[in-house]
Amino acid sequence: MTRKGVNLKIKELKTNVALIKDLELAIGRVIEEKWDEPMGPTPFPGITTLREWDMKLLQRYKPFYLPFCDVCCLCTFGKCDLTGDKRGACGLNMAAQQSRIVLLACCIGAATHTAHARHLVEHLIEKCGGNSPIDVGGLNVDVEAPVTRLVCGIKPETLRDLEDGLDWCESEVTHLLSATHTGQEGSNVDFESKVLHAGMVDQVGMEIADMAQISAYGFPKGDPEAPLTEIGWGIADVTKPVILVIGHNVPSAVGIIDYLKEKGMYNTVEVVGICCTAIDMTRYSSSMAKIVGPISWQLRFIRSGLPDLIVVDEQCIRADSLVEAQKIKAPVIAASPKNCLGLENRTESPAKEIISDLVEGKVPGVLILDPEKVGEVAVETVMAVAPKRNKFKVIPEIEEIIKAAQECTQCNECMRACPNNMPIPQAMKAAAKGDLNPLAEILESCVGCARCDSACPNDFPLHSFMVKAGEKSLIQEKFKIRVGRGAIQDVEIREVGGPIVLGEIPGIVALVGCANYPHGGKEVAEIAEEFAKRRYIVVATGCAAMSIAMVKDEEGKTLYEKYSGRFEAGGIINVGSCVSNPHIAGAAIKIASIFAKRKLRANYEEIADYVLNRVGAVGLAWGAMSQKAASIASGFWRLGVPVIVGPHGSKYRRMLLGRKDREEDWYVYDARTGDKVYAGPTPEHLFTAAETKEEAMVLIAKFCMRPNDTTRGRAIKLTHYIDLHKRLYGVVPDDIHLFVRNKADIPITMKNEILKILEEKGWKETRIPDPTLLPRLIRERKGE
Amino acid sequence: MGVKAEPWQKAEIAGPKKALLILKPEVVVAMVKRAKRPILIVGHLAAEDYSGDVKMIDYAIRMSKTTGIPVVATAHTISEFIKRDFHSVACMHAMDIGNRLVDPEWKGLDRKGPYDLALFMGLPYYMEFVILAGLKSFATNLKTISLDRFYDPHATWSFPNLSVQDWNKSFEIILSKLGGK
Repeated sequence: MTRKGVNLKIKELKTNVALIKDLELAIGRVIEEKWDEPMGPTPFPGITTLREWDMKLLQRYKPFYLPFCDVCCLCTFGKCDLTGDKRGACGLNMAAQQSRIVLLACCIGAATHTAHARHLVEHLIEKCGGNSPIDVGGLNVDVEAPVTRLVCGIKPETLRDLEDGLDWCESEVTHLLSATHTGQEGSNVDFESKVLHAGMVDQVGMEIADMAQISAYGFPKGDPEAPLTEIGWGIADVTKPVILVIGHNVPSAVGIIDYLKEKGMYNTVEVVGICCTAIDMTRYSSSMAKIVGPISWQLRFIRSGLPDLIVVDEQCIRADSLVEAQKIKAPVIAASPKNCLGLENRTESPAKEIISDLVEGKVPGVLILDPEKVGEVAVETVMAVAPKRNKFKVIPEIEEIIKAAQECTQCNECMRACPNNMPIPQAMKAAAKGDLNPLAEILESCVGCARCDSACPNDFPLHSFMVKAGEKSLIQEKFKIRVGRGAIQDVEIREVGGPIVLGEIPGIVALVGCANYPHGGKEVAEIAEEFAKRRYIVVATGCAAMSIAMVKDEEGKTLYEKYSGRFEAGGIINVGSCVSNPHIAGAAIKIASIFAKRKLRANYEEIADYVLNRVGAVGLAWGAMSQKAASIASGFWRLGVPVIVGPHGSKYRRMLLGRKDREEDWYVYDARTGDKVYAGPTPEHLFTAAETKEEAMVLIAKFCMRPNDTTRGRAIKLTHYIDLHKRLYGVVPDDIHLFVRNKADIPITMKNEILKILEEKGWKETRIPDPTLLPRLIRERKGE
Repeated sequence: MGVKAEPWQKAEIAGPKKALLILKPEVVVAMVKRAKRPILIVGHLAAEDYSGDVKMIDYAIRMSKTTGIPVVATAHTISEFIKRDFHSVACMHAMDIGNRLVDPEWKGLDRKGPYDLALFMGLPYYMEFVILAGLKSFATNLKTISLDRFYDPHATWSFPNLSVQDWNKSFEIILSKLGGK
């Protein structure tokens, strides 16, 4: 797709019929169509275009609402008590209100990614030109934008082409958000449909963001051998000035690296990062940038005094980052209009003046909305500030901790504020006697929120106490992570498409999302290795991709060093940051389009139907926290990919649950005959929260089953499900009979045991359909 | 025993309809005895939480043996029941049992009819909080009791925040009055 602007100006034109003066005609664009695939049924879909598909999903996966509180306080009628069958002053009931809140969350998430993408695209067009080509994988990736092609029906070739997708995203988010206004949508089910739409919009926004940065910044282009780089609290060479970048939007970090390169200061400054900016700057330069850790590492790293200057861009940054930076006398540069932190906008000031003000401490920080200027100011400031700071920290000495612990009244306020109910009072009791180990143990599971600090009536900096207690292990925290590789290559899809659809590769497990873990990040690594060993394909993004790296085996190797980075059975693949998630959705879409030759262009419903019924992919967001995580998940739901969240994800206010005990919910059409065939609860749920990692593992194995599995594939998937259930639950699952369609599905090594169960359950053989939920895909109708 | 109806996690404010405090263990006894179809739901913390030899799960087993209340173990908790040689337990995902309980047409584990009382213990506080909130609004014929030692405002009845010792004492009284040790 290429576009040309046309401007026609006529000063004066005399003809036989008219005299025309000062005519000006401007045509914004002329699309020159080069893509020969015919347009599908739903290009640039509106908020109701895919409503019928949503209703099919929601008929099977009904919402189970989990209100966080009983009231609505969104307008001045309120607060309104919605408990039970009450309705608010506007007429809304509890179910609709919960869906409305979910929609609000997903709109926030989709808007955040779309705005991120808009900023990146505008910045990169300014930097590289609008005609700069989209290239996410060279010759290895022909379907460069599977989500955008599928949803919008466009094939972007240049940075400027991406703006069409963004225009659509922005329009849709506005419509969706407007539906949450008082007196608009009144049906919970229609709110849910809009949630699914928001998720799909979000996927497009994210894909555009990552395509733009991969293409313009030269990130790895679908490279399974992307280099390994360093991650961990202990990776920074603190003998040098240290710049810490936090956030998700990478241009300011790129500005810093470019300035260092330009000035030949390659080895003089350490550039480290937290959260997705860190991931993306290592995609830009794995040799000049390092990753400290996930979102929850912010306070522990800042308070340790290691950063000499902090640059924050956008998303998932602690709102008190400026306050914390001031405590360690580190200046802050805010680099995003979305996160100005109350700082003066110095974008237009000469760099030397800004540097001088920061170095002399005249201001605690500045707002600079120019990534190149951020680079210069950050580097020059940190060089001057670092010697003055001398790594000033606010981590107390052991004696101070013991003294405070002896003064602790054991009021429990810290524990009651802790999201994970950690036994901080008991740890303080031990600390009073000089034993700091319990505090160090708590740090291992700590999400870094510091609500304990805020709650303490004595104002003890309890999080800092934990950091001091765990200091020795923090210093040892040095791991290897494979740099985010970006897209999955078309050739990889051709190789694994068949085995996935037939069930012989038991599934794709996507470990995504934030770091609001119930017991620390080690559980994510444990889950990743469990499924890699079982020859699933494990893909990861964002904080989850980091957590996977932060465990070593007895030989000192991390999972990224032990397992392949190829999209293949047994691979553990870091695709990148939050905005790289559409590469995972894209892989599922490409299986339908490249392997199965389904039409892709603006053909969402058919492809989602294909994915739901045939591609055994499951998402796990074990530490899902944010509104972005909610919208990312909803984008997967509409595409037919179930998502499991950790226990804290129950606070997203509703699940989408199937009922395996209702046989009537699990019929699909056999596309060969038009018959309705019982396909079993595959996948059983579209969205649910697991209570423990053991449960998450069992659910992952179970949710990978699909109606299309061959008998060999189903036997393999059942083997993993039953094996994990027996190992982790101590018993054989009680629902095996729902997943066995004929005796050939039964794993050979478990045959006698399972046959006995089937007999007890009164099991009857069913046939394996060519499954679809869409009557229009039936090739031959019975009786016709 | 404390008497404040204050959520254990202090920001978890529920709304106008809050759980009644179980100030005397006899309340639980009366509720269980009055119920026609009670069910006990036990999360994984029942086998982990609280110091000492006696865990919540041991009380759950005694309660079920004493009263015949059917037990649902969520997540991998069933393995802990089996370790204790207790096999009369169903295994269900916590969200599934919540979702079944809001369905007035669900006939229960034994297909004999809907439950009228659900007792909860051992789920993570915040998870139990939201499931109970769902039941409060969408399972209007169901009474719920939180048996954890933390006040859970979305239940119909809940213990206040209790020390381990007070909680143990309460449970011993409940079990003795329900008919056995």
